[in-house]
Amino acid sequence: MTGVDVLLLALGAVAVGAGALVVGTSHLVRAGLYLVVCLGALAGIYLVLTAELVAWVQVLIYVGAVVVLLLFAVMLTRAPIGASDDLDRPGWPAALIGGGSGLGLALLLVDAFRWSTVDLPEAGTAERLGDQIFRSWVLPFEVLSVLLLSALVGAIVLSRPDIGRPAGRDATAGGDGTGGGAAGGGPAAPDDRTRTGTGR
Amino acid sequence: MRPVIPYVTAALLFGLGVYGVLRRRNAVLVLMAVELMLNAVNLILITADTTATSMFPHGGQVFALFVIVLAAAEIGVGLAIVLQLYRMRASVAVDEVPLTEETPATAPVPAGTLAAGTAPTGPAPAGTDREGAR
Repeated sequence: MTGVDVLLLALGAVAVGAGALVVGTSHLVRAGLYLVVCLGALAGIYLVLTAELVAWVQVLIYVGAVVVLLLFAVMLTRAPIGASDDLDRPGWPAALIGGGSGLGLALLLVDAFRWSTVDLPEAGTAERLGDQIFRSWVLPFEVLSVLLLSALVGAIVLSRPDIGRPAGRDATAGGDGTGGGAAGGGPAAPDDRTRTGTGR
Repeated sequence: MRPVIPYVTAALLFGLGVYGVLRRRNAVLVLMAVELMLNAVNLILITADTTATSMFPHGGQVFALFVIVLAAAEIGVGLAIVLQLYRMRASVAVDEVPLTEETPATAPVPAGTLAAGTAPTGPAPAGTDREGAR
């Protein structure tokens, strides 16, 4: 057990504990904040494993952007602030499948690697990773940029109700402001009558 | 460095993510659990970058960067879907989403009344249109 191992164990324990709280807590906002702790601990593990650039990208994208987006979604869906008891389904099958897959994978990896040691490679700095990305992985990089663009367009189309409507309806509705229909109909739309009208 | 420590951490995180996806009812919490699973895969990739030396040095870290980009795209589209679901149903419980429901003939029009009659093309007719087109 060297210092690196102790660091990995401690950060891993923090990550797993925060992850358990993410899937176990009954406070919606606290789940997002525990997710910050979990992702931060993972960034620490990446730093210990000499993946510098990935660690900083993790902090930037995940902790900075993804969690903020999730918290925005929590607020936009008018989630209850305190503890709420209807967040979970009765879950022994979930515990069975999740625990089974997690422990099964852990057993498989323990059996594969036992208690062996490896030397840490040279640090994955931005220079080395950029060299690899733009030399060996250029094509996946370009495909990913196209995917990001299509995801952006898809998110816009999903959140604009006036796109993709049949043309005849557009002609009848075009008179009094299509933009007003799109923007005004957004956050004010949820109504209790839609809830009762779905007949669930 | 003992690679079994981060590997076991990643396996346990993945199990927690699977448990969360199956257990949670709130769609935003399901997305958080999906993030846990994606991060477990990232940890596997980065640890494999230290244990397996290939003809592409740092290939695991490059793949981890790609997975992070994919996660960003996924969370964008996923949150757009969740917000649209909340706009149509006023609820984000994933087990209350009707998967086989016909388009209701007498759909309530909440936006027409809420927008004070200025915009008869609220989101409710658009939502029923989208259902009809499906």
